[in-house]
This record gives sequence, C-alpha cells and structure tokens, in this order.
Amino acid sequence: MKNFLVLIIGMTVVTYIPRLIPLAVLSQRNMPQLLRRFLLFIPYTALGALIIPGVAGATPERPIAGIIGIGVGAVLAWRKQTLVVPVLASIATTFLVLCIR
Amino acid sequence: MRNLQSIKEGAAAAVPVVIGYIPTAMAFGLLAKTVEVPLLYSFLFSAMVFAGASQFMALNLIKSGVLAGEIILATFLINLRHFLMSASLAARLKEKKKVLLSIIAFGITDEVFSVAATMEKKPDTTYLLTLQGITYSSWVGGTVLGYLIGAILPASVQSSMGIALYAMFVAILVPEMRKSIYVAVLAIGAGTINWLLTWLNLLPSGWNMIVATVTSALAGAMFFSEDSREGIT
Repeated sequence: MKNFLVLIIGMTVVTYIPRLIPLAVLSQRNMPQLLRRFLLFIPYTALGALIIPGVAGATPERPIAGIIGIGVGAVLAWRKQTLVVPVLASIATTFLVLCIR
Repeated sequence: MRNLQSIKEGAAAAVPVVIGYIPTAMAFGLLAKTVEVPLLYSFLFSAMVFAGASQFMALNLIKSGVLAGEIILATFLINLRHFLMSASLAARLKEKKKVLLSIIAFGITDEVFSVAATMEKKPDTTYLLTLQGITYSSWVGGTVLGYLIGAILPASVQSSMGIALYAMFVAILVPEMRKSIYVAVLAIGAGTINWLLTWLNLLPSGWNMIVATVTSALAGAMFFSEDSREGIT
C-alpha cells in the first residue's frame, strides 16, 4: 500500500458522514412519536449487540477468562458501583484467570 | 456555573472510556508498526478516522494487499452503525449551532455514545465536548505511544485490558436493565439476534449489528407503551 493518505481520507469521509447527517438533520426538530421512541431505545439495543457475541472473543486465547471477568463486572454494576469500579474489577479478574494455567 | 459542572461530569464520564481506549489504541499503534505503516499515517488513522474497529480491519486488509477502495467500502459498512447513534443522540440533544453539532458528530464513538445516551439528564454540549475531547486525545495519544514504545506490557496484561471496553458496556447496561425489564428484554434480544446473524454469516460485516439494533429497537417502539419505559427520557 503506497497511498496511505488517500485511504485515510476516504475512510474519514465515509466514517464522518453517517456520524454527521442524523445529528445535522434531526436536531431541534419535532419527530413523530414512533421515531422518537425507536431512537430512544437504540442505546440499549446497540449495547446488547455490542456486547453479544463480541465478548466471547475478547480474550481469544482463553475466552472463559474474559467471560468470568465480565461476570464479576456485571455483578458489581448491578450493585450500582460507579463505572470505573466494575471496569477495573473486570480487568483484574480477567488477568487473574489468564494467569492460572 | 453550569458549564463548570458539565465539564466536571464530562471529565468523570471519560475516565472508564480512557481506561479502555489507551491499551486498545496502543495495540493499534503497535500493529500499525508491524504492518509497516509509517508513524505519521498511523497517527492520522487515529486522528482522522477515530473509529477503532474499522482501523484494525484496515490494518488487516492492508496486510493482505487489499485495494484502498475496498477498504473504504468495508469501513463505510462497519461504521454505518454510528448513523443510528447520531440519530439517537439527536433525539436528546439541545444544540442549534451547526459548527458545534459538526464537532460533536466527529466524536461519536460506540463508547462516547453509550455513556452520553444513558446518562439520566439530557447531555449538553459542554459535557459532550469535554467527554469527546478527553477520549479523543487518549485514543490518538495511545496510538502514538503504542507505535513508539510497542509491546512494553506482558501479553497477559494486554489481553486482560482488552476486556475493558466490554466491561464498560456491561457496566453501563446492567443498571439500566435493573431499572427496566423492557430495556433488559430489548438489549438481550438485540444481542441474541446479533449472535444468530453472526453465526449464520449471511450478511456483509457491519450489517449484523445494524439489523440486530434496529429490529430490537423497532419492536420496543411498537410493542412497549409509553408509560412502560421507566427511566427512559
């Protein structure tokens, strides 16, 4: 690959446009109720799809380590810790499981 | 000072994202170096594209000699999910200035969106720009750091850091699921659909997640009534 700049500019454009158009078009506009409800559910459905099934491959050399780590994080999150606590606990647990061989 | 409060909240919200971004960006910088992308371009990848999954994919395709046009098309498909996130953010954001909207749009990543879209009060511009500025800097800085100092961390540490972004997604989602059974059903529904589509492997990459997210949210909008959406504003 010689033309990195062309590639990077192309990738920038096709990434930026979908990020820009909805925000530019929809902001400050009254939406139909159904569309609004749909859009307000998006964060939760997107999170579900971001986690499953990707998390199963987060620690490719030993998937169970990542899954146990996430499990610990989920329990802490359930107990309403701030975001940082479950994140650090997940990393630490995953690390420990990876160390046990 | 409401602005100062927003800056504080934005900075606090950035912390878990940064914990995930730095090791991921370092891994990107390191991988870019092994694929023989010069430092300047590795930096520009992160500084201009600012979308992790597609950056990693681009490196893999560069390595196997795929043409730029195909990489750009694949990038478009992978990052099309941000279209939904941008639209969803538009439903909650009160900002009229076009310049500010165009800056906010640039910084919409999975992580920034997840944090901003699930906070209880409506996100304002100062909060968003603070959150985005800090996370963007950590992504770009991490890339250069990874390129320059490379694999300084042992493999097991790097690998366990790889769980950080997933852990953050889970930590955002779980309390929301606890608040509302409807959120729980829809999130697990979207994950299940995504899993099924990934397993079937019929659609081009990038589409599975979009189809799963849209289908589940649409089902929610149609079948779950207004008053059942406790906690969703």
